[in-house]
Amino acid sequence: MVAITVPVAAPTAAGGVVKVAARGVDVFYGAKQALVAVDLDIAEHQVTALIGPSGCGKSTFLRCLNRMNDTIEGCRVTGSITLDGQDLYARTIDVVQVRSRVGMVFQKPNPFPKSVYDNVAYGPRIHGLARDRAELDAIVETSLKLASLWSEVKDRLGEPGTSLSGGQQQRLCIARAIAVSPEVILMDEPCSALDPIATAHIEELIDELKTNFTIAIVTHNMQQAARVSQYTAFFHLGRLVEFGDTAAVFTNPRETMTQDYITGRFG
Amino acid sequence: MTAGHTVKSYDEALGRLTRDVLAMGGLVESQLASAVQALVRRDGELAAQVIANDQRIDELEIRIDEQVTRILALRQPMAGDLRLVKTALKMSSDLERMGDLAANTAKRSLALTQADPVALRAAIARMADVVQAMIKDVLDAFAQRDADKAIAVRQRDTEVDEIYNGVFRALLTYMMEDQAHITPCTHLLFIAKNIERIGDHTTNVAEMVAYLVKGATPAEERTKGDTTSTFAGPAGPGAP
Repeated sequence: MVAITVPVAAPTAAGGVVKVAARGVDVFYGAKQALVAVDLDIAEHQVTALIGPSGCGKSTFLRCLNRMNDTIEGCRVTGSITLDGQDLYARTIDVVQVRSRVGMVFQKPNPFPKSVYDNVAYGPRIHGLARDRAELDAIVETSLKLASLWSEVKDRLGEPGTSLSGGQQQRLCIARAIAVSPEVILMDEPCSALDPIATAHIEELIDELKTNFTIAIVTHNMQQAARVSQYTAFFHLGRLVEFGDTAAVFTNPRETMTQDYITGRFG
Repeated sequence: MTAGHTVKSYDEALGRLTRDVLAMGGLVESQLASAVQALVRRDGELAAQVIANDQRIDELEIRIDEQVTRILALRQPMAGDLRLVKTALKMSSDLERMGDLAANTAKRSLALTQADPVALRAAIARMADVVQAMIKDVLDAFAQRDADKAIAVRQRDTEVDEIYNGVFRALLTYMMEDQAHITPCTHLLFIAKNIERIGDHTTNVAEMVAYLVKGATPAEERTKGDTTSTFAGPAGPGAP
């Protein structure tokens, strides 16, 4: 097997703020180790892309960031992951709170079988973020605007979310995620089920969202990673092989393995 | 070097591109050699052949251009592949200019087959030898992905500039001595300048090869040896 060099402490934005810091993260699914000693910083108000072949651990890592792995039977996470310096795996922490601070958008758009309005209003309602209907209306409108969907759905807020096109549904899911004012948004291949135009809308949206949120995105599309992110992390066989400035990773990667993967020589 | 691409036709496309750039470079190298030989031996036939051959270089440039467009559109190359494609495109345009300068040298040598007022052909041939060796080495550096070799080529351009400075001054002196020397000496001056320019293009290519291998253009500024642009003329008898 090829030797994998693990980079020492991951660098972040020059002078940038570290939003999420992972140190020595190991993840096991039963006896199988899925992540090995991952050190990675996610910079605030930047987009960090996680790339690597299937089974490399990138989605596992993403799910560690909002404790989604807790829902998987037999999954064990060790090491430390902090959000603004606060340990996400501390005993005292409220997992529901973690997930409202760290939102997630999935591969396939999965709107609730409810109206467009109720999809977005769902989170704010259960978290009690709005005092009255007017406030809730405002949250729904702002979230849909931030998700670049408002102009397309403002006259059909009562229609089912599932009646929208695939790209619109994904933006609805993004609106739903941002309605609870998270600080970090995790995206697990958010465009893999979308056509190129819908993909372009989401990519444009990701670029706009980074003003207000910190974003980590898993993608299999190299060009997409190169286009949307400022930092790129390359995983292979559960290890972080290379982390750096996206432009540098895609024009002059340090590791041969990164070069081989992004140029289509394996994976 | 790393393993082949999962998609084999991609490897073939990059291989063909590399071969065409090398073929173009080899052609430029031999065009320069023949042009200078035509000058030294006053061989009009060889000069005519060099002029005709330039078309082959132009054709290769077009072919490389098409291949690069195709690879960019179909493969969206990344990292080392991206650098190779970019380098091939830039190299081919430099090589095309180098070919033109060699052809122009051959063309001017035709005007010099009769008269030989001055004994500068040897100095020009010496300069061409250095440039030709630089071209050969830079193509080897490209084929072997050898950045150190490319950077070494870049340094040798100073030597070319020095010979050129000498030729430039000598030609001025000949022209001042006798007005009848002006026409042939002007041709020789252009020939020397052509070869000096080929050397400059070769250093460009060397920088691209270094970029291809290392992912960064060599930083340190090369010493420029051509001082003729600021040369105000010798202090002759008529000078104030």
